[in-house]
Amino acid sequence: MTWCEYPGYWLGSEVFQNYGCRMASGLWITFQLVIISVLLGFILAVGLAIARLYGPKWAQSTINGYTTLFRGTPLLCQLFLVYYGLGQFRLFWQDIGLWWFFREPFYCAIFTFTINTAAYQAEILRGAIQSIPRGQFEGALALGLHRWGTLRHVIMPQAMILALRPLGNELIVMIKSSAIASLVTLFDLMGATKLAFARSFDLTIYLYAAVIYLALVEVIRRVWDKVELRLTRHMALR
Amino acid sequence: MLDKFALLGFGDGGWGPALLQGAFTTISIALATLPFGLLLGLIVALGKRSDKVVLRALATAYTTVFRGVPELLTLYIIYFGIQILLQQTWQALGLPGVFSMPPFVAGMVALGVVLSAFSSEVWVGALNSIQKGQREAAAALGLSKAQAFRLVVFPQLIRVALPGLGNNWMVLLKETSLVSVITLQDIMFITTRANVVTKEPFLFFGAAMMLYLFFSLISAWGVGKLEARSNRGFAAFGGATR
Repeated sequence: MTWCEYPGYWLGSEVFQNYGCRMASGLWITFQLVIISVLLGFILAVGLAIARLYGPKWAQSTINGYTTLFRGTPLLCQLFLVYYGLGQFRLFWQDIGLWWFFREPFYCAIFTFTINTAAYQAEILRGAIQSIPRGQFEGALALGLHRWGTLRHVIMPQAMILALRPLGNELIVMIKSSAIASLVTLFDLMGATKLAFARSFDLTIYLYAAVIYLALVEVIRRVWDKVELRLTRHMALR
Repeated sequence: MLDKFALLGFGDGGWGPALLQGAFTTISIALATLPFGLLLGLIVALGKRSDKVVLRALATAYTTVFRGVPELLTLYIIYFGIQILLQQTWQALGLPGVFSMPPFVAGMVALGVVLSAFSSEVWVGALNSIQKGQREAAAALGLSKAQAFRLVVFPQLIRVALPGLGNNWMVLLKETSLVSVITLQDIMFITTRANVVTKEPFLFFGAAMMLYLFFSLISAWGVGKLEARSNRGFAAFGGATR
């Protein structure tokens, strides 16, 4: 027996024991999907939020359109548009040598999740930057800081603290949303569970999956709370 | 290129009528879920603020579970779970044939349960914002507890809760796309089928995006109007300070 069969064995669930290893590797895929897309999305979002606030007019309206589009439509629809829709232009992708990317459901899911979460995170960061009092900008200016210096040393550190809680929520939303990757043939935790159910027709396997997701979300929520408490310990908020 | 767009039209071989039907289903399930989810959310919120420890614990566990489990998983569990449960009762009662769960009801229950978990947070926040004096004044006027809630607390609650509930609605509207996996013929279901038949995924999923975007924009506009309406009489828009 390998390690991933033990939880099912201990719980006395045959189906969980039989599919424990598939679900463990599914969980690993879920991790990869979420961590990669949330991190890439964050990097994108910082740029987008700053360009949205201080960029040229055309950039502002483009980013506005982008966030409205991706926040106003279901992630499932976006995923299908990327995986099936962009896959339609196979010859074009082959010409520019990107077919290896759009051929793989895993990359398509990462791509879709990244641009989706970037839109949400950009709005979160924009809100956070906007709620920094004007005096902070004026103070930085009085100290002779230039625009980038102001953003980097004065505004962003404060904005990031404000954004911490909504960003944590976004991470949790992404963990839950990543389950739809199973609908484009990926065997993430949800996909592995669906396979187990389809073969065993034992509904309890869904309940085990629910417990795993729930535990994951709760752990992250609690750790995030602790991190927030630690990062804001200099403030008189609590 | 023009031939392709004819696929979205209402002419011969056009998917227009089917898409409209799908859009209708999407809106129907969202609108059917909304009152159910919001009411259940309010009940859960009252449970969370109850003086009884058991009620509080139950309400908290309920929201923790349904906020933490992926909506897709909740949908599967409710769809197959209720199906199996009902099937067993059906057979236990000695009734002939097979009982099959209507996907619309399963979708409504699953989305409603998730909505109630999220909206209960909004309701709790709003309930907390209403000062104790309001209830005391209502009691002093001789209103019963139920009357005080209906006539005094609730109208004020709506104003505070509206932005949060509007947000819940937008999330719900997008979540309805998941019901396509339990064979409910919504926008995603129709466009997936259209893709299989016509092999034009970009066109059809693009059209689906536009439909959802349209509904989201209308909703945002509607929620904004409702908020402005519920805020009339308040100086939030600077009327009194000018």
